Amino acid sequence: MSHTRRWMLAVAVLAIAGTLVCTGCKKKAVDPFPATNSVAGWEKTSDTRTYAAKDLWQYIDGDAEQYISAGVVSTATSDYKYQGKLEAVVDVYTMSDSAGATKILDAGQTKDAKSVQLGDAGIAYAQSVTFRKGPYLVRIVAYESTPDGPQALGSLAHGVEAKL
Amino acid sequence: MNDRREFLKSAATVAALLGSSRIGLASMLAQHPETGKSRVVVARDTALHGTGSQPDEKRVLDLLDRAMAAYTGREKPVEAWRRMVPPDILKNKVIGLKVNGLGGKGISTHAALVLAICERLQQAGVAAGNIVVWDRNARDLAACGMTINTDHSSVRCYGSDVAGFEDHQVQCGPANIRLAKILTRECAMVINLPILKDHDQAGMTFSMKNMYGAVDRPYLLHPNNCNPGVADLNCIREIREKVTFTIGDAMSSVYQGGPMFRPEHLWYPNALIVGEDRVAVDHTAWQMLDSKRVEAGLPKLEDAGRMPHYIETAADATHKLGVNDPQRIRLIEV
Repeated sequence: MSHTRRWMLAVAVLAIAGTLVCTGCKKKAVDPFPATNSVAGWEKTSDTRTYAAKDLWQYIDGDAEQYISAGVVSTATSDYKYQGKLEAVVDVYTMSDSAGATKILDAGQTKDAKSVQLGDAGIAYAQSVTFRKGPYLVRIVAYESTPDGPQALGSLAHGVEAKL
Repeated sequence: MNDRREFLKSAATVAALLGSSRIGLASMLAQHPETGKSRVVVARDTALHGTGSQPDEKRVLDLLDRAMAAYTGREKPVEAWRRMVPPDILKNKVIGLKVNGLGGKGISTHAALVLAICERLQQAGVAAGNIVVWDRNARDLAACGMTINTDHSSVRCYGSDVAGFEDHQVQCGPANIRLAKILTRECAMVINLPILKDHDQAGMTFSMKNMYGAVDRPYLLHPNNCNPGVADLNCIREIREKVTFTIGDAMSSVYQGGPMFRPEHLWYPNALIVGEDRVAVDHTAWQMLDSKRVEAGLPKLEDAGRMPHYIETAADATHKLGVNDPQRIRLIEV
């Protein structure tokens, strides 16, 4: 085998090995959105919409700045409906690290928030649940107040948490 | 709701109402002829929401009529609307209704208000197809409870995702932006229908800030708490000249955590804030928002580091968009 051919073979082997290594290392894409009825009573009513950090303004306008300064990487959102009546939206913010998720959760907390056991930390109000888990910040908001709303939102939040 | 929606599809009632006298131009109403003060009407109905989260449609129509009567001095709704819309526009030009659905279903311009205005405009003589309800895109319009419709035989409803933006860029302070074609090409007049919200960047969003939904890249105008972005944007000729009247939706609001829906900070002012002086309207709305924040134990926007300085900027000698001095605002509460 000539020197040139040995050299080409070595390059090819390295290229194949590199590809295999990168594929193996690639972070598994997370789909945090429970499918319809995987959480009792909840139906996923829209496609998942995803926004890169630079496009987040399209979804939340001026609110985007605080997420960008906290290191948001991307945001995914989907609509849900509980027992065909209570509408809600699930937003999942993927931050660059857990510190960013902590910053947003702390900033949105007021004295009447109720602490809940979800992920690394979580808070709840009558119509919303927000929690963080690693680099993820999840906010679930219902559009109406119903007697069974808080419990239903909690169930959905646990469903999301299990997928992160 | 269905009956009202059907009504909007019918232009049959319009013709019979055409031909009555039309008095004055809208610009004559902005300032009181004797006092020189800008007029702002705040109309309230404490029973607007009843027990539900959505306002009662009939009460919304009544509230709108009261607000218009107080603003124009005309008790009959048709006469009030004819006083606000110039005759040539009333007859055969397009009137845009710029809503705001960015915050999502829980905190967007209410469909009941949009329908009430469409109904009164048609009764005043505007053809149904000459009314365009618009916002950034289909998602925002859906959040307001509106359905996309491009059929000219009925009230139209679509966003810039359908109509697009001008290729030509407009200088807005240090930024270059493109204006929505709905504003530049379709509408001869725009009635601004913002919804009152706390805003993480601007402090508060209402009349002037709602125009961010009329440009392609609003984030370019966000630096420095949207100041002077909001004022600069409202100085652009098409906005200054066409967006002449605000019927602000303060039926529900978020006093903290906006501009998105934060149900834990939801509040029902049950009010409409009406006026032609966009600065005076925003100043009035800001005072309402601050009062609620204090009542809820939160600092005023200035103390929270989010004072809406753009209101003062809009009133300065460079922008001259209106007045923010309470001494020069005639507040009419009904």
